[in-house]
Amino acid sequence: MIRKLFDIIANNAVPAIFILISAFAIPLSGFSASYLIQELLTRIGRNSFLILSLLIPIMAGMGLNFGMVLGAMAGQIGLLLICDWGVVGIPGMVLACLIGTPIAIVLGIFCGHVLNRAKGREMVTSYILGFFINGVYQMVVLYLMGWVIPITNPNLLLSRGYGVRNAVSLMGIRGVLDNLVPTIITGTEGANQFLNINGAKSFLLLQIPCLEGSIRLPLGTFIVIALFCGFIVWFRKTKLGQDMRAIGQSQSVSDSAGIPVNRTRIIAIVISTVLACYGQIIYLQNMGTLNTYNSHDQAGMFSIAALLIGGASVSKANIMNVFVGVILFHLMFIVAPMAGKNLIGEAQIGEYFRVFVSYGIIALALVLHAWKRNREREAARRSLRGNKGGE
Amino acid sequence: MTNNNEPLLRLDHIGKEYYGNRVLSDISFEVNSGEIIGLVGENGAGKSTLLNILFGMPVINSTGGYEGGIFIDGKSVHFTSPNQALAAGIGMVHQEFSLVPGFTATENILLNREVLNGSLMSYVFSERVSTLDREAMQRRASTAINTLGVNISPDMIVSEMPVGYKQFIEIAREIDRKNTRLLFLDEPTAVLTETEAEILLTALKKLARSGIAIVFISHRLSEIKELCNRVLVLRDGKLITDAKTEELSIRQIASLMVGRENSRKNDEEPVDTSSEEPVVTEDLNETLNLDPKANKKKKKIKPALKVEHLWVDMPGETVRDATFEVMKGEIFGIGGLAGHGKLGIPNGIMGLYPAGGKVRLFGKRLTLNRPRVALNRKMAFVSEDRRGVGLLLDEPLDWNITFTAMQTQGRFLLGIPYIFQMRNEHAMAKEAKKFIDALSIKCTSSKQKAGELSGGNQQKVCLAKAFVLQPNILLICEPTRGIDIGAKTLVLDTLKQYNKENGTTIIITSSELEELRSVCNRVAIVDEGKIAGVLPASSPAEEFGMLMMGQKHINNEEGERTA
Amino acid sequence: MISKFIKNAGWPRIIIALFLLALFVTAPFVGVNIYTSFNNTLVRFGMNGVMVLAMIPMVQAGCGLNFGLPLGIIAGLLGATLSIELNTEILARLAGLGTQYKISWLTQEFITTYREPLGFASALIIAIPIAAILGWFYGKLLNRVKGDEMMIATYVGFSSVSFMCIAWLLLPYKHPTMVWGYAGRGLRTTISVEGYWLRILNDALSLKINEHLTIPTGMLIFFAVMALIVWIFMRTKTGTAMTAVGSNPEFARASGVNVDKMRTISVVMSTILGAVGIIVYEQSFGFIQLYMGPFYMALPAVASILLGGASVNKAGILNVIVGTFLFQGILTMTPSVFNSVFQTDMSEVIRLIVSNGMILYALTRKVRA
Repeated sequence: MIRKLFDIIANNAVPAIFILISAFAIPLSGFSASYLIQELLTRIGRNSFLILSLLIPIMAGMGLNFGMVLGAMAGQIGLLLICDWGVVGIPGMVLACLIGTPIAIVLGIFCGHVLNRAKGREMVTSYILGFFINGVYQMVVLYLMGWVIPITNPNLLLSRGYGVRNAVSLMGIRGVLDNLVPTIITGTEGANQFLNINGAKSFLLLQIPCLEGSIRLPLGTFIVIALFCGFIVWFRKTKLGQDMRAIGQSQSVSDSAGIPVNRTRIIAIVISTVLACYGQIIYLQNMGTLNTYNSHDQAGMFSIAALLIGGASVSKANIMNVFVGVILFHLMFIVAPMAGKNLIGEAQIGEYFRVFVSYGIIALALVLHAWKRNREREAARRSLRGNKGGE
Repeated sequence: MTNNNEPLLRLDHIGKEYYGNRVLSDISFEVNSGEIIGLVGENGAGKSTLLNILFGMPVINSTGGYEGGIFIDGKSVHFTSPNQALAAGIGMVHQEFSLVPGFTATENILLNREVLNGSLMSYVFSERVSTLDREAMQRRASTAINTLGVNISPDMIVSEMPVGYKQFIEIAREIDRKNTRLLFLDEPTAVLTETEAEILLTALKKLARSGIAIVFISHRLSEIKELCNRVLVLRDGKLITDAKTEELSIRQIASLMVGRENSRKNDEEPVDTSSEEPVVTEDLNETLNLDPKANKKKKKIKPALKVEHLWVDMPGETVRDATFEVMKGEIFGIGGLAGHGKLGIPNGIMGLYPAGGKVRLFGKRLTLNRPRVALNRKMAFVSEDRRGVGLLLDEPLDWNITFTAMQTQGRFLLGIPYIFQMRNEHAMAKEAKKFIDALSIKCTSSKQKAGELSGGNQQKVCLAKAFVLQPNILLICEPTRGIDIGAKTLVLDTLKQYNKENGTTIIITSSELEELRSVCNRVAIVDEGKIAGVLPASSPAEEFGMLMMGQKHINNEEGERTA
Repeated sequence: MISKFIKNAGWPRIIIALFLLALFVTAPFVGVNIYTSFNNTLVRFGMNGVMVLAMIPMVQAGCGLNFGLPLGIIAGLLGATLSIELNTEILARLAGLGTQYKISWLTQEFITTYREPLGFASALIIAIPIAAILGWFYGKLLNRVKGDEMMIATYVGFSSVSFMCIAWLLLPYKHPTMVWGYAGRGLRTTISVEGYWLRILNDALSLKINEHLTIPTGMLIFFAVMALIVWIFMRTKTGTAMTAVGSNPEFARASGVNVDKMRTISVVMSTILGAVGIIVYEQSFGFIQLYMGPFYMALPAVASILLGGASVNKAGILNVIVGTFLFQGILTMTPSVFNSVFQTDMSEVIRLIVSNGMILYALTRKVRA
């Protein structure tokens, strides 16, 4: 009974803590509801795809794929090239994806092989692998681009003639997916006001009666994310998905049943890396600027933290966790600096607080997972005796 | 499709050597459709090697293949992987469950054989992107479960099932394979309750009637007797008996399995069992009632170790309820089949696995679950898992030999206790040297890494480690496992000598009954986590066999019947 | 013979050693002063040595590579900042003690003369108990998560650093050289130790060979003393038990050793060494780096000891010395040589690839045959 209670608490502790924090911080921040909703919708569109890319390796029992930054880097290389070639709009995005995909596949296969050599410590290995490939990426972008790889656009290059600038503007594709189907949500009054200002432009207008102001909905991105969710639901139902679930639970049983364990694990990582590549492209089309040397770094950490906050664990995650996580995590992200400022008079505190929370939550989730696993191992040993012995 | 004249499976003079060590020779038998065959044999009789050969396990090929031929429907086959055997229609249910814990019964029964919906994608890519047809899968799983005559929901998660159910799921998985015509079951009833076992036996009979041949491996001879048409007895790598079950009594089967009295002495017989009597003082003899003339006398020797209702959670060697006494100065043997808990007893007493019950050492209660306490009470332990528990493979020999004494008895140290103590490398090396000479451990020096020694020499290092502790009671598990014949004799002689010289009580746990009978005063047999009985070592081998096979009560029944 | 050597050392180590050798050989030809390079390498060796030393206890006890080193560093930072904040008070107290207990040598004059060494000592004395306490909790945590130590250590390190970011802002430090001038509170990102214990070890007994090369004798001696302490400790009864725990925990348990206790002791030691290490680093560097400063400090230390030939569960003093020297050598040599040859600084990229490649190599090797 007590154990059961403990399990319930342990399984839902993380989202519960976050709901509590938000409940305190939202009023403190003093943000209006429509501002918060607008921000949240933007961030859901921006981040969900990246987080969703983490689901498949978890299914295959490989833990949190810290190696997703590899995919993010592949996507960024695609974006840099289309910027140089001046391909804009949706074609630009598609082309970036097309360039990123083979790179992500190669990196994914490499990552998969490395992880197969480090079974049992996939996470720490994929984490270090992220740093290692980051070194290679920097080598490519900072030294080879403009020297070996032709880059002609002077706006991209450092003044010395090779190497890419620290910040690259992605104006050409900024928001193209978000605004593919321009959509506005307004209250009844806001609607008329909005039409007056914007005239009869082709907007999809949704009305919610008691809303103040107007909210832009990145419907295009949402559609892509919905398609992706559909993909994941479908994937779980396939033979490949079933095999991954089996491997995730027991590699030895799967192996003796004839499932190609190592190959399937590599496939899981490749899928995750490719999806992370697309996720990063979607993320950056929303941001509009590429921090050549930092963007990917944060992508990994924030995505993993968000997923864990959504109630996922190292061995179990679903689509619900992604959306709950993205909402709770970013809610905290938006309100923390303001709340910190209003509470202590220092916005910096809120900033640090959200960094602390991101790392702390990952640490907590890892600890809970390891703890639970060790306890289960013990329980399994106890169960062998059955009821035949006395205690 | 089947040639009527040819048996389903025919083995023709199968033999196997591991590194010059003969483990199987000249095994020939046939299995026909619809037959149920019982396969019995002690540990090390060659059952698992035979199965490994049949299923094309990689270990066979990598050690030089096997001799003789295997024929299915009269056609010669040579499997190089278990999957080939499966494809040829031979199924196997292992003793350890091979189930995915978080999956439902259906998912496990159809693991990697899922029913798929056809789709365009599967043509473009591979089959693996087709979706699963859950309904069809459920139907197939239900059919397989129903064939067994049990009532298990196909949607039940395996990890939430009682152990018995898991066994049924394993069997259902093999039944579901459409082409399965021959099914090997390795100790399928070991984890079942009596009713469950009954259901299983009934189901197996039903299966056999449908034409599937079954090879049933079990230590429960009554089940063999009830179920099987024929029984094959393996002993020392040879097929001793191939007879109709009706022709043999349980007692006969048991004695065929273990009895060596009526068999010719093997040249390779590792232990000389012929003449040497165990060293037992007269007093001890009387106490133990080894001498039939001297019974009913007042006890003169107190028990060194008294174990009551011991349970131990050692994975694979669970002890459920063990009660026995060991006398001072005695060499006490613990035997029994693998997996029945004989190893759990010494491991539990030493505190290496969670244990409960009462253990008294020289009359004083021993705190369980605390290795340190057990060591402080002057007990020493030699683990069956040499490489896993017994040794520091990456450290030098002198570390291995002196470490336990250093930590528990504060020897081989310089400095002031509790404040600052450093290793006395010199004393450690000296002590190690002493034992290297005494036990003739082959090594370059006392600084060689333990992992670089051969199995026999590693075992000697483990013994040295125990001797350094100067124990009152020495617990030794599988002293001769995995070491060559010369070393075996030396190890056993060393133990006997140590017992004689120091009067140390020694408890030996071993899978080799003959070894125990040759060294010990008395031998306890463990069956399914309980002590089935304690017999003087001189008792006839079949008595031990009957205890091992869990036939104590049937033994009585039969006795009455014949009387 | 050669192939055996390669097998023992491992390809990455040999490549890196050859790379460093090549750097030293090319250096004179491209106009890099070999003395300056050697001097820098030596100084960096002394600065980082103790932090690399901090890896040994945990590796030997089987807790894996201490990615949680930032925790020890935090204790060191607390010691360092407190020693400055309370500097006057501490010195005054010492003088008070001298008069009260009539300790003849503890005079005001003595205190004034040795103001800086005393300040440095006070930093260590404050840092060590803090590190011990943090390490104890950290050790208890790691005992509960056996098998996942390294990943959890990483994130314990990260979260403690980011937690301390908040603390640095809020803790009631007052000292004018340390807090932000405009707000009057909240510690600065970098704090100079000038006037307190700047280069206190570097300059002690330093030997000036020529204008480019000065041997920081004091710092090297300090490192040698710390290494000796660790060396002796690993030879005590406890140290022996610890090594056995790392080598085979089951063996140790069967020999009556309290495995969890040994692991906790190793973590405490690692954390204390990390704290001492950062203070040594700061006295040479000249600044205390707060906030996100300690964030990635574990990685170079981890890479160094691996480069020196340690594995995930076996490490010795020699590994520390060789590894730190190789790693710091590369860090000092690459910028200067590359700058001269290619007119560009690739050191950051090379550092990333070398250090993480080394860790990756160690992680993907089979631990036990």
